[in-house]
Amino acid sequence: MAASWLSLRLVAPMWNGTRGIHRLGGAVVPEGNQKKERTMLQFLTDHFYDVEALRGYLLQREMCKVHLKNRSFTWLEEQHGPYSAGAFFILKQGGAVKFRDKEWIRPDKYGHFSPEFWNFREVPVEAVDASDCEINYEGLDNLLLLKELQSLSLQRCPHVDDWCLSRLYPLADSLQELSLAGCPRVSERGLACLHHLQNLRRLDISDLPAVSNPGLTQILVEEMLPNCQVVGVDWAEGLKLGPEEQPQDTASPVPA
Amino acid sequence: MAGGSRPGRGSRRGHGETVTYSVGGGALRATGQLARSSEWRLARSSDGWDNSEAAVRLSEGAGLRGAMIRRVLPHGLGRGLLTRRPGTRRGGFSLDWDGKVSEIKKKIKSILPGTPCDLLPDTSHLPPEHSDVVIVGGGVLGLSVAYWLKKLENRQGGMRVLVVERDHTYSQASTGLSVGGICQQFSLPENIQLSLFSASFLRNINEYLAVTNAPPLDLQFNPSGYLLLASEKDAAAMESNVKVQKQEGAKVCLMSPDQLRNKFPWINTEGVALASYGMENEGWFDPWCLLHGLRQKLASMGVFFCQGEVTRFVTSSQHMLTTDDEMVTLKSIHEVHVKMDHSLEYQPVECAIVINAAGAWSAQIAALAGIGKGPPGTLQGTKLPVEPRKRYVYVWTSLGLPLCPRLCKPCPHLSLQEEEPDPANLEVDHDFFQEKVWPHLALRVPAFETLKVQTAWAGYYDYNTFDQNGVVGPHPLVVNMYFATGFSGHGLQQAPGVGRAVAEMILEGSFQTIDLSPFLFNRFYLGEKTQENNIM
Repeated sequence: MAASWLSLRLVAPMWNGTRGIHRLGGAVVPEGNQKKERTMLQFLTDHFYDVEALRGYLLQREMCKVHLKNRSFTWLEEQHGPYSAGAFFILKQGGAVKFRDKEWIRPDKYGHFSPEFWNFREVPVEAVDASDCEINYEGLDNLLLLKELQSLSLQRCPHVDDWCLSRLYPLADSLQELSLAGCPRVSERGLACLHHLQNLRRLDISDLPAVSNPGLTQILVEEMLPNCQVVGVDWAEGLKLGPEEQPQDTASPVPA
Repeated sequence: MAGGSRPGRGSRRGHGETVTYSVGGGALRATGQLARSSEWRLARSSDGWDNSEAAVRLSEGAGLRGAMIRRVLPHGLGRGLLTRRPGTRRGGFSLDWDGKVSEIKKKIKSILPGTPCDLLPDTSHLPPEHSDVVIVGGGVLGLSVAYWLKKLENRQGGMRVLVVERDHTYSQASTGLSVGGICQQFSLPENIQLSLFSASFLRNINEYLAVTNAPPLDLQFNPSGYLLLASEKDAAAMESNVKVQKQEGAKVCLMSPDQLRNKFPWINTEGVALASYGMENEGWFDPWCLLHGLRQKLASMGVFFCQGEVTRFVTSSQHMLTTDDEMVTLKSIHEVHVKMDHSLEYQPVECAIVINAAGAWSAQIAALAGIGKGPPGTLQGTKLPVEPRKRYVYVWTSLGLPLCPRLCKPCPHLSLQEEEPDPANLEVDHDFFQEKVWPHLALRVPAFETLKVQTAWAGYYDYNTFDQNGVVGPHPLVVNMYFATGFSGHGLQQAPGVGRAVAEMILEGSFQTIDLSPFLFNRFYLGEKTQENNIM
């Protein structure tokens, strides 16, 4: 645990998203300390090859861990069928799965989950809650095995970006609910390629820091998906009131 | 003179001690010591010495030796060491004292560490005198080759790579002026594989080009996809192309006119028999970001950059006999002359391998190495058929079209064979758009009738006049020149894959991951065209 905390601090400048969602790192250390530590670390990295090599190595290790989590479970798919393999992938990442007519299966705080889903060979997965999971483009290989998925929640996933969104089109026939709230890497260009998902009924795009113009994006997405209810952004956000609507508290007739 | 001028001597006679000393010490003895010894000498004059003779000799010797000392020691240093002695300060030095002191201070400062040494001329703008690999051209292809060479080398720091770029502002380079599109809809499997690899490289760019302390790169990739339309007579070709693309792993789907109308109601599907649409890994990105990221990563990996122009190759030849007993001259480049901007100064760089990634100007570099100098029709006389072709890019806005993919072949390519614009400069011809491009656009998409051109610019294609595909790999006769050029408009989207292929060719001797043998130089001599049908 100490080692991973240490590595988090050392690789902080690279993975700003990770810092944001890991509640330990972001909330506890105040901004001023973060900035001072960051420049000290930068100074050391600029002047010492050892520090630079160490930080590079730790970064590579973090990336390897993410890749390991997102490996393809092709053997499991052959053995137990696509639905179970996909469910296993989600549960291993820390997400929750709901099979049709069954209850939600969630891992507990130690990461253990009940193995009953291995028996559900023919039962399709209806809903997946992959919030805060480290799914990336390669991991979507496993997620896309769930052909009849109806609801997908990718809230606050740090590695989901525009490339991943362009990969969701195979679920176009069945997907009805999608939530991307809080994903730090999703921008309006990725949202544009959701036009394949014509059966979508509910889309949550609140709190996307990489989207430059949230109000305008909301309007464009609503236009792109006419049957969908787009939630999360107030379209009037960022709009200034026109002169005739300004409150008349000054005596002068000419608006400022 | 000794005797009379020193009244103090007299008192020592009374002691009667035996003093052993050596007369005539080395020239470096201080004058003070000699004076003392001559003192003692005179003190002993009562012991039977020939006083006056010895005294005269000694004082003369002392005087002479003193004069010798003053001549032998360097003026300034001698003065410096002797400044404490009051006796020597007086007396006739006509040299400039303050000037000397400041000169000494400057010399000492320049020898001390941490300050710039002004004793030698400044050569920081020149490239190194020796380099293992010299890459001519610092655009995306050259930088990609440099990156993969450094990444795939066996030992860290095992290879010295120098990138020579003529214009560090990249004002005419094809990379910066490119639209930045990436697409997998080609007919050649090699092109498709290169594009797919480049897509995965761009997707994971922050892993490949990670530099500690630098912020992550944002390519601004827009994953919209390319849509190609085909009329009746091209439909069969398109179908076979899509089959090849699907086989290689590209995610492309065929659409009939009805499906097309469903999906994109603003397209006029008259005359369209078939359409192919790229679902994934296609779109456009920011080429400057890629260039900047590559430069940053290369600087951190220890690649040398130089701003200069390659003006000469110094080659050495070897004559060998083929199996048919024909004489073949094999050349190898062992020195590259890099000339600096706005001056005649040049630096000869000794090198082992030269990579020609000069883009639209690759033919000039090839000619410098003697490629193409020979009777036409022979291998010696086969020139590199790459020339600069000017292409325009028009960016427009139009109302009523929120999101659309890159339509069939974007504007610059609609008039291919008829008239080529003059490649002497990069001026944009707006009439070309009005007359040639707009009618076609308005026909296909009625909403484009009211479009407004926001901005336009022109750039060069490194156009391969033979078959519009890239040239990769070594030259058969100039054994250490490798090509990575001639991609005629898809250099940017194939750069990562091509860079890796050239690096593998250099380090391993053959292509390891993607086999680009159809792109070797030999095909120009043998006349085998590797034609690409979907030129974009």
